[in-house]
Amino acid sequence: MTVKSEKLMALSSAIETFVTDGCHLSIGGFTVNRNPMGAVYEIIRQGRKKIHLYAHSNGQGVDELVGAGCVEKIEIAYAGNGRFAPTCIRFKRAVQNRSILVEDYSNYQMTLRFQAGAMGIPFLPTRSSLGTDIINKWGFSKKIRQEDPRIPDEKLIVGENPFKGWTDTKALVFVPAINPDVTIIHVQQADEHGTARIQGLTMADVEQAKAAKHLIVTCEELVSSDEMKSKPDTNQIPHFCVDAVVHLPWGAYPTACYNNYDYDPIFFNDYKIFASDDTLYQNYLDKFIHGTKNHQEFLDLIGGKRLQNIKADPRTGYAINLDRK
Amino acid sequence: MADYTLRELMTIAAAREIPDGAITFCGTGISMVAAMAAKHIHAPNSTIFFETGAIDSLLEELPLAVADPRVMYYTAVNGALTDAFAYMQNRKTGKQVVGIMGAAQIDCFGNLNSTVIGDYHEPKVRFSGSGGACDVASFVDHSLIFMQHEKRKFVNKVDYLTSPGWLDGAGGRERAGLTGKGPSKVITNMAIMGFDETSKRMVLDYYYPGITPEKILENMEFAVDISKAKELQPPTNNEIRILREKCDPQGLIL
Repeated sequence: MTVKSEKLMALSSAIETFVTDGCHLSIGGFTVNRNPMGAVYEIIRQGRKKIHLYAHSNGQGVDELVGAGCVEKIEIAYAGNGRFAPTCIRFKRAVQNRSILVEDYSNYQMTLRFQAGAMGIPFLPTRSSLGTDIINKWGFSKKIRQEDPRIPDEKLIVGENPFKGWTDTKALVFVPAINPDVTIIHVQQADEHGTARIQGLTMADVEQAKAAKHLIVTCEELVSSDEMKSKPDTNQIPHFCVDAVVHLPWGAYPTACYNNYDYDPIFFNDYKIFASDDTLYQNYLDKFIHGTKNHQEFLDLIGGKRLQNIKADPRTGYAINLDRK
Repeated sequence: MADYTLRELMTIAAAREIPDGAITFCGTGISMVAAMAAKHIHAPNSTIFFETGAIDSLLEELPLAVADPRVMYYTAVNGALTDAFAYMQNRKTGKQVVGIMGAAQIDCFGNLNSTVIGDYHEPKVRFSGSGGACDVASFVDHSLIFMQHEKRKFVNKVDYLTSPGWLDGAGGRERAGLTGKGPSKVITNMAIMGFDETSKRMVLDYYYPGITPEKILENMEFAVDISKAKELQPPTNNEIRILREKCDPQGLIL
């Protein structure tokens, strides 16, 4: 008898169960690549508010969560989307009209913070940012920090190398661990118990996944455990880290998923127009997100032709000669 | 003399600063094309890598972001952010790394702002933030910066110091505890700026054909030494041909 894993869930149930108002959320991917977009859209549909968001260099996922008003605070290194948006447009507006609070770190610092969280230690040291305003200027006040037990009282701490001059290092920046309430990543393959396989670059997904109190994995392809275990060297996340597995083809769309599909330049170019105007953006949300029941309906609205256009070429893993202007 | 655009000239100017054998860290846009141009022209043994962890990508097509799937195809290693930043400070590999960055503001010591214009808590304009720029600027000995030459960008004081240059001048980085060096060159739409060996203040190294040193000074809030400046050798036919045919044949960046 085969019993289905209890972790295997519909996207709506996974979001309903683990992503709550005011939760501390981290999402995987990097700018135009492997953002868990299906999950992001579902969070928007379910109307989550006051999220405390962690990311290193997420582009599209961050901008859409911010644009839909789901986010209250964000700790981030970079909010841009490559050539499509040197600065994410809704993020820029939200910071300028002070509807979200930002705490700035560098990419390496955010990575180390997730890594520290994954290791179960309070901080990791780096030399990065000595002498800069990343150290001097804090986005979150002491009061805000003291009110939320899930964030440390200090943004970061500069201290002496405790090993004195060992490795010619005098000073270090200690960056605090992050342990999000929930991390969501999108992967190419997973089994029903959660063992996950990322193809191409893993970015900081593995660290983000392991730092989380709860982990949702959405996957392009749900494969058997036998298949996962027959190629163990290509897997990164063991099943015991995972709380929910969601089979979600095109789950990173409109961002890319290596070996499956490219990013959709048409979407990004249209998004740029919508995002630059409040009325157009509301229309975009109403039509594409709130106007669709789930990710499949959203994809149907985009249309099969557009999806066909960005299907990955098996040799290179992306859509060759795609018009990206 | 070759027919070329200003962006092509800037790209070639940066490419010439990348030595053979370099491990070139690049961001998106023009810096990526400059790294590719160096590799195709005079630095065949240079290795392009990205903060996302892709090492020695073939770049058969031009990526539009450092996480573009085009950086993941045909690489030596597809790693992660943890490795990419570690190579910059690794005792064996760090010294070879050449970093290329851009910013919204720069001061006379090459400190960069890519975070906000105005007050940090009430910004007039918000930008993307550091990304990996602060990391590379903190760690490496050799970095190149792309800037537009405008008064509001070459400022007396950056509104937010995102990425460390030479900080407050000679000895500044050492006092802060940084091991790497400040920027080597700033490549703009008018000139190549260098830094004085002793004071670490910005100086004018080369002005582009048709641009005078005076015009460059008019486009900066602070004055720099122009006494040793020379006119830049324009790109050769060969450099331009390689740039167009091999680096950006689809005209996505240039």
